[in-house]
Amino acid sequence: MRLTLRVWRQRNAEEPGAMVTYDVDGISEDMSFLEMLDTLNEKLILSGDEPVAFDHDCREGICGACGVVINGDAHGPERTTTCQLHMRHFEDGDTVDVEPWRAGAFPVVKDLVVDRSAFDRIIGAGGYISVPTGAAPEAHATPVPKADADFAFEHAECIGCGACVAACPNGSAMLFTSAKVNHLNVLPQGAPERETRVLDMVSAMDEEGFGGCTLAGECATACPKGIPLPSIAAMNKEWLRATRKASRR
Amino acid sequence: MALATRTERQPSLTRSFWGSTVGKKTVMAVSGLIMLMYLVAHMLGNLKIFFGSGEFNAYAHWLRTMGEPLLHYEWALWAVRVMLLAAVVLHGVAAYQLSRRDIAARPSKYVHKRRRASYATRTMRWGGIILALFIVWHLLDLTTLTVNENAQPGRPYENVVATFSTWYGNVIYLVAMLAVGLHVRHGFWSAAQTLGVGNARRDRILKTVANGLALVLTAGFVSVPVAVMTGVVG
Repeated sequence: MRLTLRVWRQRNAEEPGAMVTYDVDGISEDMSFLEMLDTLNEKLILSGDEPVAFDHDCREGICGACGVVINGDAHGPERTTTCQLHMRHFEDGDTVDVEPWRAGAFPVVKDLVVDRSAFDRIIGAGGYISVPTGAAPEAHATPVPKADADFAFEHAECIGCGACVAACPNGSAMLFTSAKVNHLNVLPQGAPERETRVLDMVSAMDEEGFGGCTLAGECATACPKGIPLPSIAAMNKEWLRATRKASRR
Repeated sequence: MALATRTERQPSLTRSFWGSTVGKKTVMAVSGLIMLMYLVAHMLGNLKIFFGSGEFNAYAHWLRTMGEPLLHYEWALWAVRVMLLAAVVLHGVAAYQLSRRDIAARPSKYVHKRRRASYATRTMRWGGIILALFIVWHLLDLTTLTVNENAQPGRPYENVVATFSTWYGNVIYLVAMLAVGLHVRHGFWSAAQTLGVGNARRDRILKTVANGLALVLTAGFVSVPVAVMTGVVG
């Protein structure tokens, strides 16, 4: 396969970037999108050019490190991570636009790499449970109803890739934050910090400069892990509950 | 299991509520639902125009004597007006502040453009501005009668007919009523999500109610100018 790539090139956070066109030949349809970018980079390195910088790690769809906007879609046309997107979903001769996540809270570091540390700070505000350290607890000590376990697991699937923010017209992190809040808030292990977690994580999210939610639904469509849109309503419910409790104290 | 780690909460609850994006959306949801309830009552009241001048004008007069003799003349009406004004102001201010924030949160656009979200969702901001301007026009037209050339005080039936006998009166009204429908379609469902009522099981029913409300409100309001234009009401 042969593709015409238009890739966002930006030397660093300060300098302005632009789309640069490259012709990439010798692409196999079994390659992943990242392997296709590797092919481009090999060519660039051999010709003495600067390779395209992009984030990647596990390359098996579970770490959330990779993620670029392909033809306007976060992670491209398939509902998966960029590393699991195969070139068979493109046609020979296609022109493909590759851009970094776009959000005020995700500044571009270089080319397709953005700084997603805002997510880490949201997690740091409450995306944890306080447990005594030591040996693993007895598994049956804390029973969890099946429905709650399923709900928690559905939200635990979030890999924090940031596709929701990239797809959102408001650059909002509501789907990410709701996945993290719901995952822990429904479980007995997360109960002691149930109120502070949602209040602190939402407030950390606002402080990072993410936009508000207008229920456009783009986030849930882009999410490679299928975190559903009603997660946001579930977090709003938790936030209102925590606010009511705080007002009574 | 460990004890909860209690961090110090901010002292002013109102401030942290209004300062949060979720809190502001809650204000928008509640004020929006108040306006929506008023719209349903307003639309049903408008339909009385099909029973003739006498009944419509008597109904309009009753709106002023509502609650008597417990309340004084127009007290109930003013109570509703004050509540609506508060709802409109809170809804508008929250929308403005959230929109500013949303636009700032996405400073650079994608080069590869693609249509995002549904038409009703994308038109919420412009639709809201159109509706705010329409409310001003509507009050000047049929409440204060400032812009209604052939208006006579105390004769709302005749004034409505006068408004819808002009082309611009009809155009402004029809555009605004389509905007109301689109705004309610996304707004009602969104309010449910913001207030935490929405979930996967209720999604279909909430969307159906939102679409139903949007359709019934638009059709009900639009029926009046259409009736005047076709001579059913005149």
